[in-house]
Amino acid sequence: MALVSEPLITESSVAEAVDAALAAIAEASDTAALKSVRSAHLGEASALARLNGELRNVPNDQKAALGKLVGQARGRVNQAFTAREHEVAAAEETARLAAEAVDVTALGSRWTPGARHPLTLLMEQMSDVFVGMGWEVAEGPELENEWFNFDALNFDEDHPARAMQDTFFIDPVDSHLVMRTHTSPVQIRSLLERPLPVYVVAPGRTFRTDELDATHTPVFNQIEGIAIDKGLTMAHLRGTLEHLARAMFGEEAKIRLRPNYFPFTEPSAEMDVWQPNAKGGARWVEWGGCGMVNRNVLRAAGIDPEEYQGFAFGMGIERTLQFRNDMNDMRDMVEGDIRFSQQFGMVV
Amino acid sequence: MRVPASWLREFVEVPASSTPEDIHAALVRVGLEEEDIHRAELSGPIVVGTVLEFVDEPQKNGKTIRWCQVDVGEAEPRGIVCGAHNFFAGDKVVVSLPGAVLPGPFPISARKTYGHVSDGMIASAKELSLGDEHGGILRLTELGLDPEPGTDAIALLGLDDYAVEVNVTPDRGYAFSIRGIAREYSNSTGAAFRDPALSPKLLELVEATHEGFPVTVDDQAPIRGNVGCSVFVTRVVRGIDPTRPTPAWMVSRLKLAGVRSISLAVDITNYVMFELGQPIHGYDLAKLTGGITVRRATQGETLTTLDDQVRKLSTEDLLITDDSGPIGLAGVMGGATTEISDATSDVLIEAANFDPVSIARTARRHKLPSEASKRFERGVDPQVAEAAAARVAQLLVELAGGTVDTLGSTLFEASAPSAIMLRDGLTTSLLGVEYTAEEVRSSLEAIGASIDDVDGGLSVTPPSWRPDLTDEPTLAEEVARLIGYDRIPSILPVAPPGRGLSRSQRLRRAASNMLAANGLTEVQSYPFLSEAAHARFSGDAPAMRLANALDASVPLLRRSLVPGLLETARRNLSRGLTDLALFEVGTVFLPEAGRSYGSGPLPVGNAHPGDEVVAALNAGIPSQPWHVAALFVGDRVVRQPGVGAVPSSVSDAIDAARQLALALAVDIRVEQGNHPAYHPGRTAEIFAGDRVVGIAGELLPAIADDLDLPRVVALLELDLNALIELGAREVVTSPISGYPAATQDVSLVVPVEVPAGDVLAALTEGAGALLESAQLVDDYRGQGIPEGSRSLTFALRFRAADRTLTAAEASDARLAGVAVATERFGATLRE
Repeated sequence: MALVSEPLITESSVAEAVDAALAAIAEASDTAALKSVRSAHLGEASALARLNGELRNVPNDQKAALGKLVGQARGRVNQAFTAREHEVAAAEETARLAAEAVDVTALGSRWTPGARHPLTLLMEQMSDVFVGMGWEVAEGPELENEWFNFDALNFDEDHPARAMQDTFFIDPVDSHLVMRTHTSPVQIRSLLERPLPVYVVAPGRTFRTDELDATHTPVFNQIEGIAIDKGLTMAHLRGTLEHLARAMFGEEAKIRLRPNYFPFTEPSAEMDVWQPNAKGGARWVEWGGCGMVNRNVLRAAGIDPEEYQGFAFGMGIERTLQFRNDMNDMRDMVEGDIRFSQQFGMVV
Repeated sequence: MRVPASWLREFVEVPASSTPEDIHAALVRVGLEEEDIHRAELSGPIVVGTVLEFVDEPQKNGKTIRWCQVDVGEAEPRGIVCGAHNFFAGDKVVVSLPGAVLPGPFPISARKTYGHVSDGMIASAKELSLGDEHGGILRLTELGLDPEPGTDAIALLGLDDYAVEVNVTPDRGYAFSIRGIAREYSNSTGAAFRDPALSPKLLELVEATHEGFPVTVDDQAPIRGNVGCSVFVTRVVRGIDPTRPTPAWMVSRLKLAGVRSISLAVDITNYVMFELGQPIHGYDLAKLTGGITVRRATQGETLTTLDDQVRKLSTEDLLITDDSGPIGLAGVMGGATTEISDATSDVLIEAANFDPVSIARTARRHKLPSEASKRFERGVDPQVAEAAAARVAQLLVELAGGTVDTLGSTLFEASAPSAIMLRDGLTTSLLGVEYTAEEVRSSLEAIGASIDDVDGGLSVTPPSWRPDLTDEPTLAEEVARLIGYDRIPSILPVAPPGRGLSRSQRLRRAASNMLAANGLTEVQSYPFLSEAAHARFSGDAPAMRLANALDASVPLLRRSLVPGLLETARRNLSRGLTDLALFEVGTVFLPEAGRSYGSGPLPVGNAHPGDEVVAALNAGIPSQPWHVAALFVGDRVVRQPGVGAVPSSVSDAIDAARQLALALAVDIRVEQGNHPAYHPGRTAEIFAGDRVVGIAGELLPAIADDLDLPRVVALLELDLNALIELGAREVVTSPISGYPAATQDVSLVVPVEVPAGDVLAALTEGAGALLESAQLVDDYRGQGIPEGSRSLTFALRFRAADRTLTAAEASDARLAGVAVATERFGATLRE
């Protein structure tokens, strides 16, 4: 009779089943193999499961001992299985990571590089130095009435300084409209519109009839500052410029003033900045013009020059960028070649 | 102003050891900006030689050279080959000996040429940088010189001199003279100054009595209330020899000062102008008819000036006339009829003072800026006229062999400078420097002012040559200038607390940063446009026009940033860059049709014109809002391993608009749009609320072709001012639900002409508050979809604020959305 004999729970039969299971577990090298090992050696039909089932039939006095024997055996096998399962999973993850490796030097870029224009960045940076001191940023139109660009700034209609400004006039000329030749009309606008005291800077585009070459462009940018308060002196002008110079060129920077003439300031000065970090060695560089605001400018804005006085200054942004970043040719700044701006990215 | 050093030294003590740089530095300290140094770039041995004899030798090349024996003061004469023929045996010439370097640089060595060893070179005036004309070699007899052979010609001809050039600011006309510069050098260094206008010899001539030459000033139309001529000095020198050579020292100084030697009489008038700052005109007395009248031109009058141009005169032009009519444009240019020539014997010297405004206007009107007009425009010392006339007479006597005649007159109606009250402490309160009373006084005395002590300050009368000194600050500047700006301390003022950037300023920066962060490169274009570019993008809208454009082909001011970006793109493409994403933030100029802009005559500058006048000036200025524009060309994502190229399209332009909307907190939507310069099917109008704020699309391919651009150029232009104005001032927030989301897709079949945006709007409206997000994920046409229809698939995400949604609730909301789409567009659900 081919009867399936019930297994006998003996030390040897249990050991045999455990050995077979452990061998199979050790042999399984991937998740799929482990799965079949689990059903063969830990499943319901496995030898250990059947031995466990046989516990029902053993005499009561042997139940505790044999139960312990089978329980321990199953515990060993389960433990071995779990350990192997972790090993296999780790090996498989390692293999997958290896397969996923890329040559990072071969990766392209799905984002195109963008950049701000260094001139606008520089204007923002210089403005921020003043905003940090409590000044505000003022603005005005690029196409101006001549009165704001000249007359109110003490440029007499027949003064040589007015003819020297190389002005773009709007047609017809007797409409008295011009492209502003400097950001100075914003000075007079600020004085007309704001309550005193006034501390503002005006960055912006300006226009003069200069042909484009390495050091000139008909469209360029300036930043201009004006402070009108009680008791301001040329010493405050120097202090302000020196603060800006240090913010822009480092703690070693300083300002030198030389006598000069501008219709809208009296006394007037040309300012040089000591650029400590210049390529080729520290040096003095011509930076801009400045002075104490001419009394006629205050009068034009309806301010009593006996009560209030103050200073104004202005410098070219292109020129600043040119000597600060050691650039030879101004044309690079205006032609819009993306390679130029991309050298700067978001930082000037 | 170019200042020959030897000339400067005549009037002020300049240390012998001073270099050109030292002189510059001294002048810079008192406010004369350093410009340049001019000198003859040559070095010796360059000596005087006597041509003993020569042989003319014809050459194969057709030239005839001269083989000369020249005595240069050595034991033996030197043999020198010369190509010129304008000299004779016995002539004194200038010889550059081997080792000399002439300007070029052109080093001289003994060299073999035309069969001889030429042991040096006989020089022309041009080769010595003494003149511009190459009329053969320089004969020293022509300069009235007869030095010994071997004499150093460099010193003889003043070629060792140099000029420092300084920039003279427009307020300081007096510095357009050696006299003025010498005074400033003295102010800077303390060196003794000798005023050339006060030299005793000159004063003798000035004091001499004159029997009178009739001069009348008859100004019927003074400009701005100022009579055109306030001083008119005439002097007569008779019997000059106008053909005499100008002495070498004078030629050299004039050359260094920047003018060419013309003839002795003309050179002398120029020389005196440079020396004293007084423009001089010389007339051939024999050609004058009667006396001189200074008057304004009459309507239609003409004058032939020295340059043989017939000038149509304006009634504002000030004229010098005699009984024959106009003989000169006062202070600007003389007339041809009374010009000094080689036949002139008697000269009438004019040293006059004309109204700066009158001269400036005439010089500008006739485009005749000259050394004379430059000085008159800036103001000439009225007190120097007599000395200048005397100086000319003196030189005509000394150099041209004339004699001073008693005919001559002085008309002097110039007003004396007014005294200025300089209050104690004013200088300190402007400069922030504690000046002593003595410092203030001595500085003002140094510039030539006369000073009286008065109660509370000084009464300061400026010198006659300083019309620019008009009020206290101008005097304060003189004190600061002479003592030095280095004394000014550095004090940082404390401004009242500020409010930071304005909202508009912050948002403009945010817009630029957003675009740059998204891979666009910022550019700045010129705002000048051609008529064609303007018409293309702005149709018949009016544009502001420049009266004096640098380039006549681009006279208009932009209404759109796009033409500038296209031009910039073209430049980049021409440099081999193929993939571009550009943006510009800039102003545009938007005059309105049917309006004229500008203002009438301007109010005066030194008084508040009143609020209404200021408002009227402002009203005449066209609107100039900020725009932002972007351009895409080539690939937006470039081809790379594992990724195909993504070409730029209208989609990128719309994306840029969306990014800007995010940066500016404004809600925008797009609708199909059109514009004559854009692709008819690939253009979007961009709305914020009901307002059109811009356009995004692809450039019309025909225009792209016309501009040599690739077929696809994607463009965006938005009114940045409008976006900022419409943007949210405060962000409205709602609580974020932490309950789980339910996601479902829905595919709707709709007629192709129904815009997807409208379907989405219907879906969103119908689905109600539970719909958190809806996104179009597929747009399918083809198999399974009827002809003329398309299937739009949207990914929907539902969520409730207060509970976990059931699947049934989400499905109901979805179907409610579908129902609205069905009702509006006949949409059917595709399962």
